[in-house]
Amino acid sequence: MTENTNSNETNSFQKQKRKEEMQKQLISFALMIVFTIIAFVVVATGMMDGMFVIPILLILAIIQVAFQLYYFMHMKDKDHEMPALMMYGGMWAAILTVAGLGVISWW
Amino acid sequence: MSHDHSLNPETMPNEPEKATLEGKNKFLGFWFFLGGETVLFACLFGTYITLRNSTAGGPTSNELFGLELVFIMTILLLSSSLTSVYAMYHMKNNDFKKMQLWLGITAILGFGFLACEIYEFTHYIHEYEFTFRSSAFGSAFYALVGFHGGHVTFGLSWLIAIMIRNAKRGLNLYNAPKFYTFSLYWHFIDVVWVFIFTVVYLMGKVG
Repeated sequence: MTENTNSNETNSFQKQKRKEEMQKQLISFALMIVFTIIAFVVVATGMMDGMFVIPILLILAIIQVAFQLYYFMHMKDKDHEMPALMMYGGMWAAILTVAGLGVISWW
Repeated sequence: MSHDHSLNPETMPNEPEKATLEGKNKFLGFWFFLGGETVLFACLFGTYITLRNSTAGGPTSNELFGLELVFIMTILLLSSSLTSVYAMYHMKNNDFKKMQLWLGITAILGFGFLACEIYEFTHYIHEYEFTFRSSAFGSAFYALVGFHGGHVTFGLSWLIAIMIRNAKRGLNLYNAPKFYTFSLYWHFIDVVWVFIFTVVYLMGKVG
């Protein structure tokens, strides 16, 4: 198998890359924990008015989900165009559904 | 070269989960499924947001929910997401034993989450008489959170099945995609939970 020549060199290179990837994932995990704690503290202490809290909570959730999708589920890596298309397609339908149900009940 | 040998190469390729055509198809098909799951949960979330104030004289979300338990559940599920990242890290380094170890930790954390959720539901039913049939809020709440809990239950059964089935086989190009799709599923469960603890519990406390 010709593609396996110098396999040790590429392996150590790939190993190093995977290690760096793991560090990025650890950082994103730490950030997700921090965002979770912020969200709970804001609600538990009641430090802000309801109208301000809800958008903040939603933004914190969306950032967390982005970390989860792009780092933990590797959507930032190459060859993830189709997964991204599927997820954004799903999210588009999700937004329409929630918005549609919201409009018929609140208007 | 025999079929068995091509699935058990001496050096593993860089991305064993996508090295075979079957693996590639599983990868794409599973992401397609996750896109569909997004729509499914959106319907349940939309229903919940619409009906969350229709309590029919029963307890409101503010009276019911306790943030301490939800926080513990969030940390358990978020940590189990990280441990499955570790499992995939060891899979890519072709270290089967360490992968199984981290998958085992993922399963333990998942069971912890499930135990908390069962405790939570029985608490609501016995202390507050808040059931699936008590109000539209109750139906929407149990449908959404229960469906997520059902996903966790299914995920745990799936994980234990592939861990036991492949325990003596070791890692090869046939089962690497199976472990990888499980990890995608497990991360997606955490994605849904992030929205549940935000929209259901935290926004339920704010009002």
